[in-house]
Amino acid sequence: MAIKGNLHDFTLTQLLNLITLAQKSGTLVVERSNEAVEVFFTDGKLAYANTGQEDNSLVGILHKSQLLSSAQYNGIKSNVNGMSDKELGLLLINANYFSQQDIILSLQTHFVDVVNRLFTWMEGIFQFNTDVCPPEDKITVRVNLENLILEGSRQIQELEHLEDEIPSLEIGVKFVDRPEANVANLKLSSEEWQVIPYIDPKNTLNQIALVTEMRDNEIRQVIYSLVQAGIVEMVRPATPQGTPSPIQLADQLVKGDKEEGKSLIFRIIDRIRSL
Amino acid sequence: MQTLKMVVTGPFNAGKTEFIQSVSEIDVVSTERKISSEIERIKETTTVAMDFGRITVDNEMVLHLFGTPGQKRFDFMWEILSEGMLGFVVIIDSIRPETFREARKILETFRAYAPTPYVVAANKQDCKDAWEIDDMRIALRLSSEIKLLECVASDKDSVKNVLLELLYSILEELESVDLQAVY
Repeated sequence: MAIKGNLHDFTLTQLLNLITLAQKSGTLVVERSNEAVEVFFTDGKLAYANTGQEDNSLVGILHKSQLLSSAQYNGIKSNVNGMSDKELGLLLINANYFSQQDIILSLQTHFVDVVNRLFTWMEGIFQFNTDVCPPEDKITVRVNLENLILEGSRQIQELEHLEDEIPSLEIGVKFVDRPEANVANLKLSSEEWQVIPYIDPKNTLNQIALVTEMRDNEIRQVIYSLVQAGIVEMVRPATPQGTPSPIQLADQLVKGDKEEGKSLIFRIIDRIRSL
Repeated sequence: MQTLKMVVTGPFNAGKTEFIQSVSEIDVVSTERKISSEIERIKETTTVAMDFGRITVDNEMVLHLFGTPGQKRFDFMWEILSEGMLGFVVIIDSIRPETFREARKILETFRAYAPTPYVVAANKQDCKDAWEIDDMRIALRLSSEIKLLECVASDKDSVKNVLLELLYSILEELESVDLQAVY
C-alpha cells in the first residue's frame, strides 16, 4: 500500500525512520514543481536513487565523481549504446579501469548525495510504494540510513528550536517602545517587510500568517529575526471575553471509592454497548 | 445526576465532531465559528470552539463528550476542557500524515494536563490512502502498550469500540491501583 504525504508536514527524517524501523522495501518518489527524485530501499536500507534532472547512468556518476574525464565520459557514452549499468560496470572492472570498490563507492556517494539534497526540500509531495524494486539493469548498494537520519534530525532540530522560541502562533506582536536597533539603517528581507504592516498587538501571528500567506515556520522565522533585531516584542493576547466557565465535573475515580469507581465504569460500558 | 466527562481531541479536521456525533444522543453542539480571512475581522470572530455530545447512562448518570478545538489558536481551551476528565481519545487522521506531528504534541499536552488513561483512534481507515496501523504507530512514536485503534468516525460501532477500549483502560488502571494497594 502506498504511503502519501507532503514533506512540509511529514519530514524526510520521519519517513526514513519509518522505512528503516519497519525494514521496508520499496520506492520513495518525491516531487516538487519541476523536480522529481526516486529513492529505492531494500529491507530498510538505501539501495538506489536518481533524480530527473541529472545523468544517473553509471558513466554519468563516475564522471561526476571525477573518476572519468569529460573526454572519457563522452567517449564511453558514444560507445555504450544499449549497454546496461551492470554490463558497463563489469566491462570497466574486467578491463581494469576501476575496481569494484571504486564503482560501489561512487554509487553510494551519489545516492547519499541525492538523499541529502532531499533534506533541503521543505516542500514536496511524496509517495512510498512498497515492493517496487530498483530497475534490474542498475547496480544497487546497501547503505544504512542511520547516519542520514541523524543529519536530517539535526536540520529538523533547527526548525524545532524555532518552535521552542515561539511555541504558539496565538500570540500578538508589537513594536518595542525604544528599539535597540538603529531603525534608520535597518535592512529587512522582503518577508520581513511583508509582515511589518501587520505588527500590532491585536493581530496574532496566526492572523498575520494567514494574510501574508506564510506557513507556520516561515512566520516564526520572520518574527524571531525581528525580535532578535530588537524591533518587535511578543505580547500575550488577553483571554477572549465571553469564555464560558468550564463545566465543573467531579473526578469520580480519584476522589471516590475504587469499587464504586469500577461499578460506575461498568455502567458506562453497558450503556455504550447498548447504543 | 452524576456527570462524567470524556475528551475527544486531535488535530483540526481529524474527525472529532463526527466521532462524537456518531454516538451522541443529542446533535453535537458546536461552538466553532467560521473565520474570515480579513485580518481585522478575524479578531472579532475569534471565539470559543468546542464540540459537545451527551450519552445518558441511566437515571443517575450522564456522560459528556467534549471535542476540543483542533486549531492551535484555541489551545488555551484544552486545559479547561481536560479538567476532571475520565480519560481521553486522540483522533488521528490516517490519510493526513502532515498532522501526525501535531497529534503527537496534542497527546503529550493532554498527558501533561492529566495522567488519565487514553487511547489513540486512527480515523478514516476506510479510505484508500489510509496509513496502516503499524506504520502509524512508528510515525507517531507510540509504544506497543498504547492502544492505537482502527476507527471510522462515521461508523457508530467503530466509535463504540474506541470508547469501550478507553473504558477498559480505565478499568485496568483502577485494578492496578487496587493491586498496588494490596501489595
